[in-house]
Amino acid sequence: MSKSEKKVTSKDEDKKKFDEKAIGDAIIAAANARREELAKEALATRSNKTLPKVVKEKPKEEKPKESKPKEEKPKESKPKEEKPKESKPKEEKPKAAPPSKTDTEEVSLPEFEKSFVDKISSQFTGDVEVGYIKENRTRVNVKKEKILEVAQFIKDNLPFDHAESVTGVDFPEDKEIGVVYHLGSYTDPTYSKQVLALATRVPREENPNPGNDSTKLPSLRDMFYSVEFHEREIFEMLGVYFESHPDNRRLLLPEDWADLPPLRKDFRNKGR
Amino acid sequence: MAEQVIPTKKMPPGLQVENVDDRIMTLNVGPQHPGSGHLRIIVKIDGDYIVDADPDPGYVHRGEEKMAESRNYITNIPHLERPVIHDSCNILYPYVLGVEDLVGIEVPERAKYVRVIAAELNRCIYIQYWLAIYGIFLGHSTMFMWPAGDRELLIDLMEKITGARVTHAYFIPGGVRNDVPANFEDVCLRQVNYFEKRIKEYADIFYDNPILKARTEDTGVLSREDAIRLGTTGSVLRASGVDYDLRIKEPYDVYDELDVHTNVLKSGDSYARSKIPWLDMLESCNIIRQALEKMPKSGSIRTKLKPNPKGREDEVYRRVESGRGSAGCHIISRGKPEPYRLKLSVSSFRNLIALPYLLKGEKLGNMPAVYWSLNYWPVEADR
Repeated sequence: MSKSEKKVTSKDEDKKKFDEKAIGDAIIAAANARREELAKEALATRSNKTLPKVVKEKPKEEKPKESKPKEEKPKESKPKEEKPKESKPKEEKPKAAPPSKTDTEEVSLPEFEKSFVDKISSQFTGDVEVGYIKENRTRVNVKKEKILEVAQFIKDNLPFDHAESVTGVDFPEDKEIGVVYHLGSYTDPTYSKQVLALATRVPREENPNPGNDSTKLPSLRDMFYSVEFHEREIFEMLGVYFESHPDNRRLLLPEDWADLPPLRKDFRNKGR
Repeated sequence: MAEQVIPTKKMPPGLQVENVDDRIMTLNVGPQHPGSGHLRIIVKIDGDYIVDADPDPGYVHRGEEKMAESRNYITNIPHLERPVIHDSCNILYPYVLGVEDLVGIEVPERAKYVRVIAAELNRCIYIQYWLAIYGIFLGHSTMFMWPAGDRELLIDLMEKITGARVTHAYFIPGGVRNDVPANFEDVCLRQVNYFEKRIKEYADIFYDNPILKARTEDTGVLSREDAIRLGTTGSVLRASGVDYDLRIKEPYDVYDELDVHTNVLKSGDSYARSKIPWLDMLESCNIIRQALEKMPKSGSIRTKLKPNPKGREDEVYRRVESGRGSAGCHIISRGKPEPYRLKLSVSSFRNLIALPYLLKGEKLGNMPAVYWSLNYWPVEADR
C-alpha cells in the first residue's frame, strides 16, 4: 500500500512541475508570435519591393480584358434588382467586340457547342457572358454571386458530370482573382470531346489574409464532388476561400507557410 | 486518458491535438516509407480495419506552375517533364500541343507519327516501372525483376531515338527535337515484338496467379457511378467500366488514323485496376506497329520556330491520355514569350481523391494493393 501511495504522490508532483497545458500554451504562443513576425516581414518586403514591379506591368497589355472587371465591381455593391437593367447594355459591348476581331470565325461557329452554351446564357441573361466558343472548347464567364445557380443548372440540364481541372489565375491589374472550372463528361458520348470552362472572378486584396478577407467563393463541391482537392489547392496557392467546403486545410504547401499565397503574381521566385 | 482538449482555433499551423481513443489508433504511412512513395497517408485503424484515411501530398512540391511563368515556351520544356520522368513524353504532350495552338504552327506528318511512337513507347516504360513496384509491394519479387529488366529494352530504344535514357525532352512545339536513327524501324519492330512476347508471359506468373487474385480481387471496389462522381481518370476509370480513352474520344496528332482499341473492365477492384495498364501495354505494341507501317519514310520532322516565339493572346486547354490517365494543360497567354499562367491538371492528382474513399473499411494489409493500383505517382500529383 505504501509503495502505491508513494507512486501516486510522485506522479501528482510531476504533473504540477510539468503542466502539459501550460507548456502547450507556451508553445502555441511562441509559434503564433513567430508566425506574426513572418507575416509582418512578408508584408514589409512585399510593399517595398514587389508591388512596383506589378504596377509597371500594367499599361503594357490587357486593355481589352479590363472591360469585364469594371462591370462586376459596381454591381456587387448594388441590390440585385438593379443588376439586369444596368448590366445588359454594358455587357453587349464586350459580346460584340470579340466577334468583330474575327469576322470569318463568326460565320463558322461550331453549332453543337453554340447550342448548349446558348442554353446556359439564355437561362441566365445578364449574369452569364460567353467567353469563347471554339471547336470542343467553350467558356462562360459568370458573376460570382451566380456561380452556384449556374453550376446547378449545368449539372441538372447538361451531361457534364466531373471537373477536369480547376485553375486559379491572379490578375493584379484588375485587382481580381479568376477561378476557371473545366468541366467534362464521361457519361454522354456526344459530349466526350467537350470541355466547358466555367469561369468566375473574385475580388483580390493587396494584403491577403486567406480565409478572413473578401476573397471568397462558394464551393462547387456539392454539385461536382471532384473539385474537392482542386479547391483546396487554390485556397493555399491563391488565397481564395471556398465557403461550405468541409476541408480547407493545406494540401501541397507546408502547414506553417506564412508568406503570400505563392501563385499570386506579387510572390516572386528568388533570382527571377 | 487525456481529457484536456485545446480548442482548434488556438492551434498554430502544423500542430494538431487529438482526442485519444482506446480503440482507434493513428498511423502515419510515409512520407519516408517506401510503401507510399513521397506521400503521407494518415491512417486511422480500428483493430485491423481502416476507419479513416487522409492523404497528405506535397512532400515533393516543386512549384512547376510558378516556374513556368518566368520561362519562355522553349525553356519550359525540360522542367515540365520532371513531374513524371518515366513518362516524360506523355506529360509534355499536352503542353506542346497547347503551345502549337497558341503559336499557330503546323506539325509535319512524319513528326506526328514519331511522336505517337515515342509516346506509346514511353507509356510502356512507365507502366513497366509501375508494375515492378506493384509486384514488389504485393510480395511478388519476380514481378519486380521481370518488368524492370524488360523495361531496359525500350529504354535502349528511346535512347537511340532521343539520346537520353529517361528524361528525353523530345517533344518540342512544331515537331520533335531530332530525327530517328537510320535503321530505327527495323530495330523498333524487332524490340516491340520481343517485348510483346515477354509481357504476355506476365499473365502466367502474375495475373493468373491465384495468390494475387486472392489478395486483390474485391478489395477497394470503386463503382461506376462513384468513379464518375469522383472525377477519376485513366486506368482507375476504365477499370470501373467507363469507356473513356482520350486517344479515341478526342484523338490528337495521328491517333484518328490508327486503329486504337481501349480496354475496359467492369469489376472496379484492385485486380481490374492493376490489369488495365498491362492490357494497355499490349495495345501500345499494336499502335506502334501500325504507326511504323504508316509512317512516311522520309520528310521533315520539325517546323522551325522563331527564336523566342510569342503566343497569341488567348487560352488553350489540351489533354492527352498519358500512362496514368488524362493529362491536361491549361495555358493562358498574353502575347508574351512566357505563359501568363500554366496549369497542369494531372491524373495522379485527380485520382488521389479516390484513395480515402477506397481505403475506408479495408484491412490495413490491403493498403498497398489498393494504393498502388491507383496508378499514383506522388511527384506528378505534387508538381
